[in-house]
Amino acid sequence: MTDDILYSIRDLTVDYKTREGIVHAVDHVSLDIKRGEILGLVGESGCGKSTLGKGLLRLHDGLAGISGGELWFDGRDLMKLPLSEMQKIRGAEIGMVFQDPMTSLNPVQSIMDHLVETIQTHEPNTSEKAAKARAEELVEKLGIRHERLKEYPHQLSGGMRQRVMISLALALRAKLVVADEPTTSLDVIVEAKFLDLLRELRDEFGLTILLITHNIGVVSEVCDRVAVMYAAKMAEVGTVEDVFADPKHPYTKGLLQSVPNIRLDEGELYKMGGEPPSLLRPPKGCRFNPRCPQVMDICRQEEPKFESVAGEHLASCWLYQQASVVKEAKHG
Amino acid sequence: MANEAPVKDKASQDKSSTQDLVVVKDLVKHFPVQTGLIASIVNKGKIPSVKAVDGVSFNIRKGEVFGLAGESGSGKSTIGRLVLNLYKPTSGEVDFDGINLQSLTDEEMRKLRSRMQMIFQDPLASLNPRMTLGTAIENPARIHMPELSSEERYQRVLDILHAVGMNPPEAYFNHFPHQISGGQRQRVVMARALITHPELIVADEPIAMADVSVRSILLDLMMQMKKEFDLTYLFITHDLATAKYVCDRIGILYLGRMCEMGNLRDVYTNPLHPYTQALLAAVPVPDPKQRRKAKMPEGEIPNPINPPTGCRFHPRCPLAKEICSKEEPKIRELLPDHQVACHFAENFLHK
Repeated sequence: MTDDILYSIRDLTVDYKTREGIVHAVDHVSLDIKRGEILGLVGESGCGKSTLGKGLLRLHDGLAGISGGELWFDGRDLMKLPLSEMQKIRGAEIGMVFQDPMTSLNPVQSIMDHLVETIQTHEPNTSEKAAKARAEELVEKLGIRHERLKEYPHQLSGGMRQRVMISLALALRAKLVVADEPTTSLDVIVEAKFLDLLRELRDEFGLTILLITHNIGVVSEVCDRVAVMYAAKMAEVGTVEDVFADPKHPYTKGLLQSVPNIRLDEGELYKMGGEPPSLLRPPKGCRFNPRCPQVMDICRQEEPKFESVAGEHLASCWLYQQASVVKEAKHG
Repeated sequence: MANEAPVKDKASQDKSSTQDLVVVKDLVKHFPVQTGLIASIVNKGKIPSVKAVDGVSFNIRKGEVFGLAGESGSGKSTIGRLVLNLYKPTSGEVDFDGINLQSLTDEEMRKLRSRMQMIFQDPLASLNPRMTLGTAIENPARIHMPELSSEERYQRVLDILHAVGMNPPEAYFNHFPHQISGGQRQRVVMARALITHPELIVADEPIAMADVSVRSILLDLMMQMKKEFDLTYLFITHDLATAKYVCDRIGILYLGRMCEMGNLRDVYTNPLHPYTQALLAAVPVPDPKQRRKAKMPEGEIPNPINPPTGCRFHPRCPLAKEICSKEEPKIRELLPDHQVACHFAENFLHK
């Protein structure tokens, strides 16, 4: 693992126990998050993107659990840490921002109390005065007047609540923030301003952000790289420039074409046939094969590897792996 | 500015008899805010109210898709319900096919309801989990078309299931909502809306919850059904990118007022209101080469209990001048079929 990688997920599998059997919501997924980048994680509902995000913090309730894989964060395998050590990392070194900040903030605690409590929980030696000073400085940087710290969550607007969530992560000088659909409940103008803020945080604080979203437009606006998930598997990873200009996986191609684009002059939206499969009984071979317009025999038989197509542009698709086998055969 | 208002009124009157399906005039809806005894004494009996819709006029022409767009709190969903007479307006009126809805008795309104239907954002929430799909779709026909025999009704449900792409229809008749996928649920909701062969469908964020791959299919279905059943849509959305693919005309709402209205193409290519401009610029573009550079307006949408004086957008408007906080700009037709409510809209004409 090289030094520019902050978090390396290796072969992670997360299971949900359901009445009808075990579902692998994340199925042997590997992904690297580089220091100082905004990495977008996209996919449709049920593809496992949020489960993966929670997996990074080993946050799973009774029905789910990590059944395999390694989680290398800043040189440590989090899977090997005892729970007490893990709790120190959660919130402090890795922050989280969720879709609905109202459910993450305590309705009967002022924003100031919340921030001070968070700081003092993780850093018991910090005096209340110092913690307050840090909280004030921080929210001002995020564009909230510090007088508003006295207020309670319901007195703030949606955009401000999301800023408070980010400030909780920054208060503890988190290295990584996992933001799960942070703009989904925000209006477009507020969303645009929140995305500006994420960019600033990356540039000024060197913050690393994993941005989980279903909104392809948001990814193209702020992300450096993008990871596309389909049916619990990683389909494609690359820089946004590469993936948007030249998507390799047919699923990514379809996904990008089905996104309404306000700037494009005309044209109809592309219609991708079918819907994602049930993870209880995923299709054999490549999971996208029943919907894939470029499906081949091998796609129905065997699962493609997730590997490089060109440099750091990775995809799991037989179109490219087949080609390389043929090439090798020719050379041989 | 003296001549616009009468011209507009006359135009809408002339058209209303021939090609307008819905005419909305000066629609106002205030929701009183519940306050305690002490507050009402302090306020001297004046009850504060949320000005959800505050003087909105527009018309929906037969066979078109009219979009209403705006952020949360703009009043767009309230207008949708007012158009169907599900809410009584505080003042103003809604005409449907020349009939003034406010003058109807409950019984007359009930009869008229079969000609207008609504579809909502969350298909799972709008289907009864214990009712089979067949029964759910059949119910509106049972109420509005008592003349049909049960066999005729059954056949009608099968036909409509087939039309929305639930094939074979017999197989789905006895399914429950949880047994089908999200995309199929949206089809069923569509089928239920279509069973009485309505003329108007109010679609309130119908695709906001759908995933990308389902979304284009649903939009396609809506357009296909429009052709097949001769529908007119009121399409309510916060998503300007999606609106582009379906709407013929669009109205942009801000805090209960119409800022701008016209042909979608005109509004998108030459937005005349600073709010419309900001809204269009804020839409994320799925192309990293076209990242947004425009700065966003300050602040957030104000409290609709005490909306700003003058132009409601003025506290956030980068171009606001003194007059904007004092005088409310009237909506006026600045270009053919393109109306705007901004004192300085002329400045954007030569773009």
